[in-house]
Amino acid sequence: MNNTAESNDILKGLCTGQPLAVLATDAGTGPYASLVAVAVTRDLRQLFFTTLRATRKWANLAGNHHVSLLIDNRRNQVTDFSRAAAATILGITEELSGTELENGRAIFLGRHPHLAEFTASPSCALFRVQISSIFLVTRFQNVMEFHFSP
Amino acid sequence: MNHPSTLVIDLVELTAADLPRAGGKAVALGRLASTGTPIPPGLCVTTTAYDCYLDDTGLRQRLPLLLERKPFSEMRWEELWDLGLRVRSLFLNTTLPYGLAADLTGHLAPRFADRPVTVRSTAPVEDSATASFAGLHDSFVNVRGLPAILDRLRLVWASLWSDRALLYRQELGLDPAASAMAVIVQELVIGDRSGVAFSRCPGRPKLVAIEAVWGLNQGLVDGDVEPDRLLLDHADGRIVERYTPQRLQACRAITDGVALQPLPVTEREQSPLSDDVAVLVMSLLRQAEENFGAPQDLEWTLRGKELFALQSRPITTGDVPDNGGDRAWYLSLHKSLATLQNLRHTIEDELLPAMEHDAESLAAVDLQQLSDEELVREIETRQGILDRWEERYREMCIPMAHGIRLFGQLYNDRLRPADPFAFLGLLAGDTGLLAAQRNRALQELADLVRSDPLLTDRLRDGHPPVSGSPFATALAGFMSRYGDLSWTLGETAEHSRGLMSLLLELAKSPPTQQTIRNQTDEADYLASFTMEEQSFAHEALEIGRASYRLRDNDNLYIGNLTARLREARAEATRRLAEHDKPELAARMAPVRELVARRPTPAGSSEEDAGNLPGTRLQVRQIVGQPAGPGLVRGRARVIRQPADLRAFQSGEILVCDAVDPNMTFVAPLAGGIVERRGGMLIHGAIIAREYGLPCVTGVPGATELIDTGNLITVDGYLGIVTVG
Repeated sequence: MNNTAESNDILKGLCTGQPLAVLATDAGTGPYASLVAVAVTRDLRQLFFTTLRATRKWANLAGNHHVSLLIDNRRNQVTDFSRAAAATILGITEELSGTELENGRAIFLGRHPHLAEFTASPSCALFRVQISSIFLVTRFQNVMEFHFSP
Repeated sequence: MNHPSTLVIDLVELTAADLPRAGGKAVALGRLASTGTPIPPGLCVTTTAYDCYLDDTGLRQRLPLLLERKPFSEMRWEELWDLGLRVRSLFLNTTLPYGLAADLTGHLAPRFADRPVTVRSTAPVEDSATASFAGLHDSFVNVRGLPAILDRLRLVWASLWSDRALLYRQELGLDPAASAMAVIVQELVIGDRSGVAFSRCPGRPKLVAIEAVWGLNQGLVDGDVEPDRLLLDHADGRIVERYTPQRLQACRAITDGVALQPLPVTEREQSPLSDDVAVLVMSLLRQAEENFGAPQDLEWTLRGKELFALQSRPITTGDVPDNGGDRAWYLSLHKSLATLQNLRHTIEDELLPAMEHDAESLAAVDLQQLSDEELVREIETRQGILDRWEERYREMCIPMAHGIRLFGQLYNDRLRPADPFAFLGLLAGDTGLLAAQRNRALQELADLVRSDPLLTDRLRDGHPPVSGSPFATALAGFMSRYGDLSWTLGETAEHSRGLMSLLLELAKSPPTQQTIRNQTDEADYLASFTMEEQSFAHEALEIGRASYRLRDNDNLYIGNLTARLREARAEATRRLAEHDKPELAARMAPVRELVARRPTPAGSSEEDAGNLPGTRLQVRQIVGQPAGPGLVRGRARVIRQPADLRAFQSGEILVCDAVDPNMTFVAPLAGGIVERRGGMLIHGAIIAREYGLPCVTGVPGATELIDTGNLITVDGYLGIVTVG
């Protein structure tokens, strides 16, 4: 088997197939984890998520733009240890506005059409993550790193 | 039908509805009994008990971690062996939960506490009309006492995950995770004679085949005792052919288990398959065929005048397509102790001396004196000789490696160590290992260099040693005995420089010692056997050691022949370089790859990640199999071609596709070993054990994903390689 091809397929499947991710932000005194709906572009360079401006994560992102996200396909079964894959994404966030907001929202709603009302709210912010690296873990301990040029 | 959660059912109560929890073998026995065919009385421990065991002990969670560590289809035969051994060890060391043990005891004790039994597999999927698991799962004959019965029960469960069974399941497309195992516990009928019978002879369907041996069936089933054989006309029972073997041994019940014993003269001279016996068996066979409405493969035993059916299964007609013959070859690797002992003598007394003789004969030929035409013929001859020996290597030397496993399984069964490969401690440290002898000789040369600064300077400056000096004499002795490092170190002048670089590198650090065999372990092993079993215990250890030694040594003999071919090729190359010789050039092309067991060039570890342009893919952590305990961090030296070995420096981690004993001279320099090829029996693992090096094998893409110079951590405890 070709490791590279296999890793690519798994990673793409995860990033474009899973609707949710765990988002880790910097709470100042330590990390802070949240579950968010995500949409990842096909080239795996950008990730979009939304949050209300009143949330802790929004406040955290205002202080530090660096984030880490975890996307996985575990099923909460025994076989997860050998069959689940997880991608740890590293990147820098930016809250979108203007044309970029419209484009980003289209991408996000393409993945989560049922969140149209939520994202249309003025209190909702749309973030774009410029992905710098993804660490893919398969078969419990296999780790491949994907580094993206800026 | 009993309640679905019933743990144990009497064989005579089984019906077809019980198939999913009792398995084909048990249900067939129940059906035979229901129609009046005598069978040994017994019980079926259903799959419910197996499921309880897995759930209550947590094995259901632990098994996938072993089984799915690597895609099954990517495993080589050594890795399959390892996997089977690890799973077996897991079952061996996981006792029955108290509640389950108490329930089973309640069922089994009243029937079998005081009489010998057989404990046999009956997996729900086995022995259907399209699949036969015959011989793939374990059975135990002459088991005495409840603790032993419960112990063997776990071993039969474990055999659901044996390497052979896993391989077969994969071919059939069965999900191992969905598999379960039931077990038959039956009174042992100690027959005077036993055998197997086919109501339709394979390949000759108009005939019936009956085979018989004196004593118990085990010797016949294992292939250790050759049976008397009769072919009879299916229609009228007329004898068509009779085959009489040389009768030497019989399988008999001993204190615990069975053993091969010499036959008394009377039985040697008399067939266990008299015409009267044949008539009885034929009748039983017809009864079974009518009962099941299909051709049957029947095991039987005769005690006095009582004939018992031990099992009956359909003759498999719809065999799955053989995987290019690989499975058949793989299954042929499983050898009994007696077969291995014969094989060992053949290899040691005939095969290796003949290989050495061929190599010496070829070395005696003065290649420079040959005409171009003669040289071409010489190359073809050498290629032919090498091909022939490589074929023999596959036929004989690889199956011989089973001796290591046979010993390992015995050791694990008796001592139940937490580490399923602890037995290798009794095999490592073999002073007869040629690669280790060669490495010791290299160390002695390096010692001379280390102790003589002038010599060190001289060699470092590229000068040859002073003629007649102790070093020059020792070097000549080494070259004469181990000169065939040439294919890795290069030819002639290049070889000499490579060897000097290696010696200078070896001289930089204190000598590495080969592992010393632990005598305490050996005493513990032998103490686990009764006096009656001591001879067997010694023989098994001896065959394990011979197998371990030969596994490495035979490659060096092949390496010697390969060197002779390379020499002839090098002579042709030299002539072509010196003169324009179109005829010679034409005869030399195409040049074939020399030996299959060679490192293969690999691609770059850094590439555009497929269809993710602009992405740099970098491995961080790769999972293989732990093959040498220890943890080491160091720079990788990736061997993509033999010449890469020349630059090997002390403390580097040897990363390669497949280590060959012809390459392991760098082991004393290495900090650890990482190999793409997997298994505990591969040469990288063997040499790592010899030098106590952390080693991880079965690392997919090792030479593609790791680059020379990468800082890597080799975790030989868990089988993980971390890069960076």
